[in-house]
Amino acid sequence: MLTPGAVGGSSNSDPFPSGLRVLVVDDDPTCLMILERMLKTCLYRVTKCNRAEIALTLLRKNKNGFDIVISDVHMPDMNGFKLLEHVGLEMDLPVIMMSADDSKSVVLKGVTHGAVDYLIKPVRIEALKNIWQHVVRKKQNVSEHSGSVEETGGDRQQQQQRDDDDDGGGDNNSSSGNNEGNLRKRKEEEQGDDKEDTSSLKKPRVVWSVELHQQFVAAVNHLGVDKAVPKKILEMMNVQGLTRENVASHLQKYRIYLKRLGGVSQGNMNHSFMTGQDPSYGPLNGFDLQGLATAGQLQAQSLAQLQAVGLGQSSSPLIKPGITSVDQRSFKQLASRFGDGHGPMMMNGGGGNKQTSLLHGVPTGHMRLQQQQMAGMRVAGPSMQQQQQQSMLSRRSVPETRSSRVLPAATHSAFNNSFPLASAPGMMSVSDTKGVNEFCNPSYDILNNFPQQQHHNNNNSVNEWDVRNVGMVFNSHQDNTTSAAFSTSEAYSSSSTHKRKREAELVVEHGQNQQQPQSRSVNPMNQIYMNDGGSVRMKTETVTCPPQATTMFHEQYSNQDDLLSDLLKQEGLLDTEFDFEGYSFDNILV
Amino acid sequence: MQRQVALIKQSLFDQGYLDEQFIELEELQDDANPNFVEEVATLYFKDSARLISNIEQALERGSFDFNRLDNYMHQFKGSSTSIGASKVKTECTMFREYCRVGNAEGCLRTFKQLKKEHATLRKKLEQYFQASK
Repeated sequence: MLTPGAVGGSSNSDPFPSGLRVLVVDDDPTCLMILERMLKTCLYRVTKCNRAEIALTLLRKNKNGFDIVISDVHMPDMNGFKLLEHVGLEMDLPVIMMSADDSKSVVLKGVTHGAVDYLIKPVRIEALKNIWQHVVRKKQNVSEHSGSVEETGGDRQQQQQRDDDDDGGGDNNSSSGNNEGNLRKRKEEEQGDDKEDTSSLKKPRVVWSVELHQQFVAAVNHLGVDKAVPKKILEMMNVQGLTRENVASHLQKYRIYLKRLGGVSQGNMNHSFMTGQDPSYGPLNGFDLQGLATAGQLQAQSLAQLQAVGLGQSSSPLIKPGITSVDQRSFKQLASRFGDGHGPMMMNGGGGNKQTSLLHGVPTGHMRLQQQQMAGMRVAGPSMQQQQQQSMLSRRSVPETRSSRVLPAATHSAFNNSFPLASAPGMMSVSDTKGVNEFCNPSYDILNNFPQQQHHNNNNSVNEWDVRNVGMVFNSHQDNTTSAAFSTSEAYSSSSTHKRKREAELVVEHGQNQQQPQSRSVNPMNQIYMNDGGSVRMKTETVTCPPQATTMFHEQYSNQDDLLSDLLKQEGLLDTEFDFEGYSFDNILV
Repeated sequence: MQRQVALIKQSLFDQGYLDEQFIELEELQDDANPNFVEEVATLYFKDSARLISNIEQALERGSFDFNRLDNYMHQFKGSSTSIGASKVKTECTMFREYCRVGNAEGCLRTFKQLKKEHATLRKKLEQYFQASK
């Protein structure tokens, strides 16, 4: 694949990957020297660095100066994984981890942190010859992603086109460096156009639709959770445009989710939740919970956005903090559980406003109230927004409330933007769990409707999502409003927001189209999440807004996954059972 | 001279001092970088001497901070692996295992052996490079 001697522009053949700009970081001078020599033999342009801090500085100073980073795991000044996170978040460059340590746990850590590959030392030159694939894949992913995202939103289309055009043109350009630079720039541009500042989220977001997630889960199960590596999963899934990185980050979330589930039988959840959903969703459900939790946080923002989009209002401000996606999801679930009829009603609960407040900062006990209220309330569109915000807030404060939070109310209002769904029992609890969010693929179930949103955790995209998600949960028209609320919830937490938003979006969308089945799937997730996480105790509680989306997120994860995980979490929480204290789902519905 | 070089090299491999990683390094050597392997080896011995001295100090302190020792050894193992220092690598692995179970005596013993292997390899490689010139 190397094109010897054709660095930077060639008339006949594409010189790529020659000239690939690699930054290699390793505190071991011997290894560094060897790697440099190997990379140079591959005709790459190498920059050596023996300190992670220096590497970061270099990367920050030359945002477009490198195409890929190779880093050792064990370094004195900074853990290689931390560097990986930073690079992923700030520069969105593919990062390859390496180590003499080949223990599964470390490799898994690499995967879950989003490394595009993991090399065991001693590194052979053959392994290095192929690293350019990660760069290409990432770029493709970006353009694809932008494309898909745009599909949902109007503005995106333009970006997408731009991207596409650029990609097409760029690739033919001379040096790969240029191409990459173009792509990167494009990506940045497109991101810049996005509503929110995406400087830290340059990663393209893949929307993990339900189907996609199911495919993913199927692949993982087939390979065996322990053995599933992004590359193989990607191959098995055989999805156009999906990059290994997408799978890697998704897998990371998924693993976290599974871990949280721990002993919780995912299977159970699946069934209960997913009525219409794909059975494979099961695991997702648990996942969702987490996701929901986080999502909840994110959702606030996304919800807001969604609302704005969906409702045509400027909802973004709505959702702000708090419960966001998680709530939504849980609501949805609640709704689904109870049947369509209930769902919409509950969610919307007009009382939306009230609901939010309920959730807001109210610990379990409080939540319950809210939920109840929510149950009674129909979330009115506008009120929902408020609610969401509130709910989001409340969610935050209530990280502890696990199941209790989830309240049945969720079903009704949960959805509404406002998280206040606090009733969304699942949701809240979800938030408790941390990290689960990462995985949230909740968008899956909900998102059937909108594919693109899923991963787009960028806030930008979220808008669209949020609204959508919200809608989904509710099934009823009200959904729209709710979704808006959700988006606000995204605002809830920065990191989680992303995720949440996504989730919210997913949820929303889902709700709109298919309420029931979706919520169901969500529920299971919530449950899973809850149990596992310990903090979240959702037995079927609606997803309570993950109080701390941020905590949940703990991963550096790009937002995209977070949202999903949030959503997932939420969904899980929403399980009909609602374990949470004293609340019976039935009550809420009413 | 060529023959002698080949013989030395062969014995290094046969006796397990070096493994195929060393061959990888030799393949990286070309006209543009004729002394690459020697440069790497020199760098390795310089760096590993530093590590050995750190470990020695840590052991002499008698406090046996296994975590820290393991960290040093991890680095040592990494670079030894990179140049194909097979026997040294084996000792590193053993040392880390002793650290893991908190066996101070085992650590001390292994470390002695490790130093010995390290010194032997250094000498042999010096001979080898000398003969190659």
